[in-house]
Amino acid sequence: MSLDVAPPARAVDVDQGGHLTVDDRVWLLRAMLVMRGLEERAMSLYRQGRVPGSFYDGYGQEAVSAGAAFATAPEDRLCILHRDLAAHVIRGVAPARILAQYLGREGGITRGRDGNVHFGDRTVGCVGMVSMLPDMMLVATGMAMAFKLRGERRCAMTWFGDGSTSRGDFHEAMNWAGVQKLPVVFVLENNQYAYSTPLDKQFAVDPVERAAVYGFTGVKVDGNDVEAVFEAARVARGRAVDGGGPTLIEAVTMRMHGHAAHDDMKYVPRAQVDEWRARDPIDRQEARLAELGVDVAAVRASVTTEIDAATEEALASPMPDPASAASGVFCEGEPEILGDGVARWSGFLGEA
Amino acid sequence: MATMTYLQAISSALRDEMRTDERVFLMGEDIGVFGGAFKVTDGFIDEFGPDRVIDTPLAESAIIGCAVGAAVVGLRPVCEMQFADFISCGFDQLVNVAGKMHFRQGLAVPLVVRMPSGGGFSGGPFHSQNPEAWFMHAPGLKVVAPSTAEDAKGLLCHAIHDPNPVCYMEHKHLYRRVKGDVPDGVYETPFAARVAQPGSDLVVIAYGAMVGVALEAVGDGLDGASVEVLDLRSLVPLDEDAILDSVGRCAKVVIVDEANATCAAGAQVAALIAEKGFESLDGPVIRVSTPDVPIPFSPPLEAAILPNVERVREACRELLAY
Repeated sequence: MSLDVAPPARAVDVDQGGHLTVDDRVWLLRAMLVMRGLEERAMSLYRQGRVPGSFYDGYGQEAVSAGAAFATAPEDRLCILHRDLAAHVIRGVAPARILAQYLGREGGITRGRDGNVHFGDRTVGCVGMVSMLPDMMLVATGMAMAFKLRGERRCAMTWFGDGSTSRGDFHEAMNWAGVQKLPVVFVLENNQYAYSTPLDKQFAVDPVERAAVYGFTGVKVDGNDVEAVFEAARVARGRAVDGGGPTLIEAVTMRMHGHAAHDDMKYVPRAQVDEWRARDPIDRQEARLAELGVDVAAVRASVTTEIDAATEEALASPMPDPASAASGVFCEGEPEILGDGVARWSGFLGEA
Repeated sequence: MATMTYLQAISSALRDEMRTDERVFLMGEDIGVFGGAFKVTDGFIDEFGPDRVIDTPLAESAIIGCAVGAAVVGLRPVCEMQFADFISCGFDQLVNVAGKMHFRQGLAVPLVVRMPSGGGFSGGPFHSQNPEAWFMHAPGLKVVAPSTAEDAKGLLCHAIHDPNPVCYMEHKHLYRRVKGDVPDGVYETPFAARVAQPGSDLVVIAYGAMVGVALEAVGDGLDGASVEVLDLRSLVPLDEDAILDSVGRCAKVVIVDEANATCAAGAQVAALIAEKGFESLDGPVIRVSTPDVPIPFSPPLEAAILPNVERVREACRELLAY
C-alpha cells in the first residue's frame, strides 16, 4: 500500500493569495519555527538531564498543527496531540510556559501535574490530551455536540495519528459525529509509524476513505505543506460552522525522529527518512516566502531570541511544592471554564 | 412531598433539574423514544425534546467521552449506562479523561454517570454487577449509592450540581420495591453517611440495597441487643467521621456490601476502622459480601452467593456473642 503524498487521492489546492496575506504566511512559518526551536531546546535540556521522564517531539511534522490551528477562531475549542506544539503556539501559549512544562516546573501549564506534551491551556480553549489515543476525538465530538445544541457558530478540532484509527474510539467518534452532523474537524496526522508499527500493519484501507462510510467528507492533504493544511482546515471549519457536519483531514507526513528520545528508529529505512527530509515543511515555507521577498533570516533570528528568553524564564520557574502533590484532584467551588484563544489568521479580523 | 418509588424519585430528580437548569441534558441508549430500559426517563422526550434527551448509538465510550466534551464547554450531562456493567466499555473515558482532568489542568468536569447496578433478579454475569469499587480506586471520581427514595432524589440533585464527575449507583432491585416520602422540587442530600437506625451494641455498615437487608436483619433489636445501621450513602468521599463515630459508640462492626469481596467498598471501610478505630473495637470486624465469582444466572446459584438477611443476622449474632 502506498500512502505517499504525490499525487494525493483528493488534492487540496493551495490558495496562493485568496485567503492568506503575506503576514499570515510569515506567521505560519514563525509558528513552525517556534515549535522546532522549542523542541530542539527541550531536547537539549533533556540530554542535560533537566527534563524528567521521556521526551517526544514533532520534528518534520510542524505543518500539520500550524496549518490546521491557524484556521481556528478564538471561540473554537481544540484537543491537541503530542506532536502538535505549533497549535499551542498559535493559540497563544507563551513559550516559557511550554518549556517550564517540559521541565516539570510550577510555571508549566499543568504545574508539574503532567509531563511533556500532555497539556492543554484551558485559558486559550484547549483541553489536554491523555495517553490513550484517540480518546480526545470523543471529547472534541462532545464539545461539537454542545455547540450544536446551543446553536453556536463554532467548531471543535482534534488531532490524532495513524495508529489511533485502529481503536474503537475512532469509530465511535466518527460514527456519532456523522450521525449528528456535528461541527468537528478531525485531523488525522499520518506520520507513517505508530511507535514502530508501519501503516501496512495498521489498516487495510486508507483511513481517509472511511470518512465516506460515516457520511461525511474526507480529504487527503500534503501534511508537509503548511498552506495546504491550512486550506483544508479552513474549508473544513467553514463546513462545520455552516452546519455541513464533520470533515476528516488526512495530513500525510513523516515522523522524522523516534517515538520518543530513547527510540533510535532502526526499524525505519534510511531512504524513507532521506526522502522526507527533502520535503521539510519549514524549508518549503521559507523558500516560498523568500520568493516573496520576505527576510526569513530575520524571522529565524527573532524566534531564536524569543526562545532564549523563554528558556531563561522557564529555568527560573521553581519546582512545584511537594506539599501540594495531592491538591486539586477535585474541583471545589465554581467550575473553571475554557477561555478563548487568539485568532492569528487575518481572515477572522473582519468577523469580530 | 409525595410518596414515590426509588425509581420515580430518580425520575423526579432528573425532571426537576431539567426544568430548572437548561444546561442539564441526558444521554444514553434507548432513553428517549423508549424511555429507558427501566423507564426512568419515560415521557422525558415529550417534555424536553430529542436535543436534551439524546438517544445515542450503542457506544458507551462515546457516551462518556462526549459528555466530558459537553461538560467542559458548560453543559451538565447526565449519562445513563443501560446497566452498570456496561461502564466497562466506557471505563477509559471515565477514569483517564474525566477523572484526571481537574488535577492535570484545573478544568472541572461536571458530569453524572447513572449506573443501574446490583443483582437479585437472574440478570446473570453481565447485568448484575456492583462496580463501585473500580471507581473508588480511580482518583477524581465521586461515588454515591442511595438506599431510600428521598436520598435517591437528593443525591442525584447533588451529583448534578457537583462540579466533578460523579458515579451514581442506583440499585435495580430497589427501583420498585423501595417507596418513601420525597420532597418536591430540587434539594440536595449531602455526600455523607446517615444513621438509618440508632443503636449501641453493634453497628452494621452498609450502602445501597444492603441497607434494607441490614434493617430487616436486625429489626428493632437482635436477641435483645441494640443494633445500629449506618447507611454510607457516599463512598467517595467516604464519611470517616460518621463511621468512626458509630464504631466508637458500638464497638462491634459488621460491614455488608453486595459487591465481590476483594477490595470492595466494605474492605476500604474495614481498613479505615483497622487504622483509625482499632482502640474502639470489642471484637473482629466481620464482613458480609459476595464471594469473588461472576454473578450466576440460575436463582438458587445467585441466592447462594449474594448477601441476604440470614447471612447478616448470623454475622451479627456471631459478633454479639464474641
